[in-house]
Amino acid sequence: MSDEIRRLTAELAADPGSLVFLRLGEMLRQAGRLEAAAKVAIQGLSRYPDLPGAHDLYARVLVDHQDFESAFDEWDMTLRLDPNHGGAHKGIAFLFWKAGDLQSALRHLNAAADDLPGDGQIAAALTRVRARLAELEKPAPPPAPAPPPEPAAGPSTPAEAPRDDILRDEGLLLVDAAGLRLLGTLSSVGDGIADQVAADLAGVSREAARAARLLELGEWRTIAVESPTANYFLAPPTDETLLLIVRSATLPMGRIALGTGRAVEAARRWLETAG
Amino acid sequence: MTGLDTLTGIPGVRGAMLANRDDGIVVAESVREDVDGAAVAALATSLARRLEAAARSAQGGSTTFLHLQATDGALLVAPAGPELLLIVIADKGVNVGRARLEMARVAELAA
Repeated sequence: MSDEIRRLTAELAADPGSLVFLRLGEMLRQAGRLEAAAKVAIQGLSRYPDLPGAHDLYARVLVDHQDFESAFDEWDMTLRLDPNHGGAHKGIAFLFWKAGDLQSALRHLNAAADDLPGDGQIAAALTRVRARLAELEKPAPPPAPAPPPEPAAGPSTPAEAPRDDILRDEGLLLVDAAGLRLLGTLSSVGDGIADQVAADLAGVSREAARAARLLELGEWRTIAVESPTANYFLAPPTDETLLLIVRSATLPMGRIALGTGRAVEAARRWLETAG
Repeated sequence: MTGLDTLTGIPGVRGAMLANRDDGIVVAESVREDVDGAAVAALATSLARRLEAAARSAQGGSTTFLHLQATDGALLVAPAGPELLLIVIADKGVNVGRARLEMARVAELAA
């Protein structure tokens, strides 16, 4: 292997723009030369910031360094550039497995298997995750009392339960353009504070749209805000509303971003029903 | 030395600037010719102030990083001491992780 590493190193030195850095970085990683692998990956990324394979390589190096949060971000970037990248799906599935989120792990493993059908590791991981999910399946609870009849259709209020489970989240607010809370709460601070936060967010969507337009950035999609105790993620389900998702600062922003799309879709559906 | 040039050396970064947190006035910048640093700083500072207020209301404390992602690019903001904000405008393909790490270094220098 060292001969091959020397050969690839010489090849990259002769042609720094060569994509051979992908192979070299992986070989260095497999040889346990993590610092050298990281250097090759970062140099490759600086030349090819839009190359999915470069982000995938760096993510694998980061996992070897036990830097799982940064690895998640790199694989997240890989999937933004190439939504079907099997290596990135496989890597993110591993991170979800480690975090105990088996459903997400299963989803990414299935995507990885679609892209890399002959990969034995993926097949084995799928078997493990499915077995673990089967173990965790609890026996059916005893029959519950009959639910109360559905209330007659009427205007929804923030106190009413929405249909989408994702909107039951206790760190989520849906706010209108006037800063009024439409849905959700911030369980850690209470409804009064949630109303204050909603008021503070009035006009943020318009201001973000204006800034993006004037700076020729296109249409704004998300805003991520980090603080010492919490991460905040904002997205516009519609032009007139804003969705705020609040999570612990320990949760990587890339992971929060992954769940945002579903929350935005659920909020849109809720708005259609409530409107 | 503000280190702003190291930020604009990152592929995809169109400009980097330090601006007063209160009024958005630029105190140092390194931007491409086509970037209006004053406009970027004013808009970014205003947005950052609003979001800072919301984060404080939610008892999250001071914001440490802001990332607006749009279809064609991104705006990144980080505090650089108590009075300044470090602002970066970038193309959509920028490696946000790298830019963020470099911003932390530059913000520390500027603080």
